[in-house]
Amino acid sequence: MTGKVKGNVNENYLNYVKTQDPPTKHFKNCAAAFGVGGLICCIGQFIRFMLEYAGLSGDELAGATSVILIFLGCFLTGLGVYDRIGRYAGAGSIVPITGFANSVTSPAIEFKTEGWIYGMAAKMFTVAGAIIVFGVFSGVLVGLVYYFI
Amino acid sequence: MGQEMLEIFLAFVKAFAVGGSICLIAQIIINFTDLTAGKILVYFMLAGVVLTAIGVYQPLVEFAGAGATVPISGFGYLLASGAMKGAEKGFFYAVTGALSAASAGVTAAVVFAFIMALIFKSRTKRN
Repeated sequence: MTGKVKGNVNENYLNYVKTQDPPTKHFKNCAAAFGVGGLICCIGQFIRFMLEYAGLSGDELAGATSVILIFLGCFLTGLGVYDRIGRYAGAGSIVPITGFANSVTSPAIEFKTEGWIYGMAAKMFTVAGAIIVFGVFSGVLVGLVYYFI
Repeated sequence: MGQEMLEIFLAFVKAFAVGGSICLIAQIIINFTDLTAGKILVYFMLAGVVLTAIGVYQPLVEFAGAGATVPISGFGYLLASGAMKGAEKGFFYAVTGALSAASAGVTAAVVFAFIMALIFKSRTKRN
């Protein structure tokens, strides 16, 4: 009744969806990512200076800085503020360590309703688990290579 | 005094420029491919590990401070440099060095996420 359908229906539909999609605002996106990402790093630098002033140094200084940043990321995720920043900043909020904290906290809160063990605790590592798996594996490889060279 | 203030100001400028640039690269990759946030995090972490292992990332950290350590590639830097330091001590430390170095970050993420899950309820996402 509607006439012949040319080509693959799925393909036609996907092409139609593409024409209706709002165009990605590349410049605005990138500027937001650069600005917010840079700002988060500046906050990190500020925390670093403060801790250095308080007398920390070396590994302790680096560790304490990232612990504080991770706390901020977790807390802002709990308040729902981080997701709002993320909608605006894209990669600017994903790539800093606070984004890692967000990727751990967000499913932990969301899946609490499915129970504490299979919900909160297991889902906590949906994204962070991948980072830790590949991180540990590649880290061990680097260690072995440096040991045998 | 003036000299010191200028150095602190420069440290912030460098952190902003380098940290922002790393995020910018990620945003460009997201715009032109369909990689999700999780994959971006893994790839940037691995990039940090590789760049540290070949000796490129250490100078960047010395130059940009938090600008290089705060992005997730800095987590990779932490893992790789921990493994490299461990390799000097012996076989056992070469294997355990990576995760030992990252223990603070992983512990903080788990503990704080747990506490937040105790405090906050899941909220409906507002758009």
